[in-house]
Amino acid sequence: MTETIENVQTQANRNEALLSVRDLRVTFQRHGEKPFVAVDGVSFDVRPGETVGLVGESGCGKSVTSLAIMGLLPRRGVKVEGEVDFQGTDLLRQSDDQMRDRRGRDLGMIFQDPLSSLNPVVPIGVQVTEVLERHRGMSRKAATPVAREMLDKVGIPDPERRLKDYPHQLSGGMRQRALIAMALACQPRVLIADEPTTALDVTIQAQILALLKDLVEDTGTALVMITHDLGVVAGLCDRVNVLYGGKIVERGDRHPLFASPRHPYTVGLLGSIPRLDGTRGERLTPIPGSVSDNLPWDSACAFAPRCPNAIEVCREARPELLDDGGGRWLRCHNPVENPLEVTR
Amino acid sequence: MTPNPLKTQADRRKERIDDLAATAGGSPSGTVTGAGEIEESPGVSLIASAWRRLRRNPVFLVGAGITLAFVVLAIIAPWIAPHDPTQGLLLDKVRQQSNPIPGSEPGFPLGADNRGRDLLSRLLVGAQQTLIVGVGATVIGLVGGLTLGTLAGAFGGWVDSFIMRIVDVMLSIPSLLLAMSLAAVAARPSQMTVILAIAIVEIPIFARLLRGSMLAVRSSDHVLAARALGVKQSAVVFRHIIPNSLAPVIVQATIVLATAIIDAAALSFLGLGNPDDRKPEWGQMLGASQEFLGDHPHLAFYPAACIIIVALGFTLMGESLREALDPKSRR
Repeated sequence: MTETIENVQTQANRNEALLSVRDLRVTFQRHGEKPFVAVDGVSFDVRPGETVGLVGESGCGKSVTSLAIMGLLPRRGVKVEGEVDFQGTDLLRQSDDQMRDRRGRDLGMIFQDPLSSLNPVVPIGVQVTEVLERHRGMSRKAATPVAREMLDKVGIPDPERRLKDYPHQLSGGMRQRALIAMALACQPRVLIADEPTTALDVTIQAQILALLKDLVEDTGTALVMITHDLGVVAGLCDRVNVLYGGKIVERGDRHPLFASPRHPYTVGLLGSIPRLDGTRGERLTPIPGSVSDNLPWDSACAFAPRCPNAIEVCREARPELLDDGGGRWLRCHNPVENPLEVTR
Repeated sequence: MTPNPLKTQADRRKERIDDLAATAGGSPSGTVTGAGEIEESPGVSLIASAWRRLRRNPVFLVGAGITLAFVVLAIIAPWIAPHDPTQGLLLDKVRQQSNPIPGSEPGFPLGADNRGRDLLSRLLVGAQQTLIVGVGATVIGLVGGLTLGTLAGAFGGWVDSFIMRIVDVMLSIPSLLLAMSLAAVAARPSQMTVILAIAIVEIPIFARLLRGSMLAVRSSDHVLAARALGVKQSAVVFRHIIPNSLAPVIVQATIVLATAIIDAAALSFLGLGNPDDRKPEWGQMLGASQEFLGDHPHLAFYPAACIIIVALGFTLMGESLREALDPKSRR
């Protein structure tokens, strides 16, 4: 199969996709330094009510992808290329003012650290109503009941009282709920969640994920879930994109991807999770090396130096993202054939 | 963030212990309700929790006590002063050759100065001038500094560079020297020229402080989050950046009050203050006492002590305020 087939297929998907990222490329360029390509030709689609995961370790370009979609990267020193199609408009070609109007109204985003993402000197209620005042043109007075309803919807008990509370008076889980309420106040069509559970306790993590899932299903919001936590992906995402070195290396539906990962990197990610049903005394199998070992994608597979499956061609030619025939997309010269053995 | 769950788990546990330790030691009013959650009584703002810490701080209490006493005395001075500070009531006791300074006597506990004016009354009423100059100079300096700092911090780029270079030039001149030059070029020195000279010296301090603090806040997560909600640029600056950048400026203002008082006294001492000596002023009293320093040191001692105590009061208050608002101690 070739790249053109991917294009044909995406053309078909495109009509129904709400957000469609095409060949997104983000280059950081400092004066007098070698440009660094953080995101290197990433493409994916998100349909209404669907959750798409972007998974990978630190430095693989997940967060930069989300900031590029939101138009939150600084103009200076950063080059963003490609296309982000949202209901027929290319978000990357919008002016700063147009993007400001869209953020919060059409596109919502929630962040990793709920405490530092809330303004510490402004009560929660004011922060929620601010969005409504901004995008709906409501007065503070008219927006307050809506804000209360929003807090109630995201599961904050006693919302009337919480409206007057300051962020430091809420627990971590409550803060993340408040952030979700702010992001969803104007019912955006697309919600980008950048590691929304990383800073939370395990029990709270599960509640927040369940909440996100409910909200997405109820409102038909498209959710882009950015995480390094495969547990989050397994519980929430319909489709999963595994990122490595700024490129998508494997893409597939959640169940088949977890059952039989084929890219050695995905296999490695799954292998480094501790399992309750594993044999006692069994060692975890971490991925050797770090992102700094990467080869340039131009002439090789970036993962090759860390890959147990690497063969000669991996260091000589760039692999392309190809359909393996079963709806799975892979960027690998030598994929894992019988994944069950490798993942124990 | 290499997926090594065992390590992250251990880290998370460590963090939680740290959190608990911090809550137990740092804020005695917060009760731990499990999972590291801190519940506080409703409606407690950051200012209120800082106030709770301040109330217990003896350093703050001393500083605030001195400041309060000074302000109250300065305001009611004209009514409580035993005599008119401008009238030479003991003029007949002044002997140019043998005894130029009348000592204390009934009704005049501290005696009088070389023109027979009651020293206690002059000290009390002098507090007024000191308060007006200190507060006036700080307020004007604050307004100017905040304006410049906001412009630099909000726009960045060449506006920032331009303003900050001017500020750098101003900061590179020793503050007292700058104030002296400014006061000296004034055609007719008066109280207003003193206030303006000191205010202009303070402007760059406030501008630089606010700008630096705004830069730090501008790159914080909650500002990014506000931008991700499409909040307008002006609202980002005025609602999200500036209120979070003001704490160091407020603290600086209390400390600057002390410096302003000392600077004002220094200018008067050097004869660059209000030339009208019918309005008593501590620095000017200090200057006038030089002549009699050998035989009558008390004439210099009282105004000097007043200046030192008042400056100390403001400094103690500012320092404890800084501690209470310091995010590191708040964590």
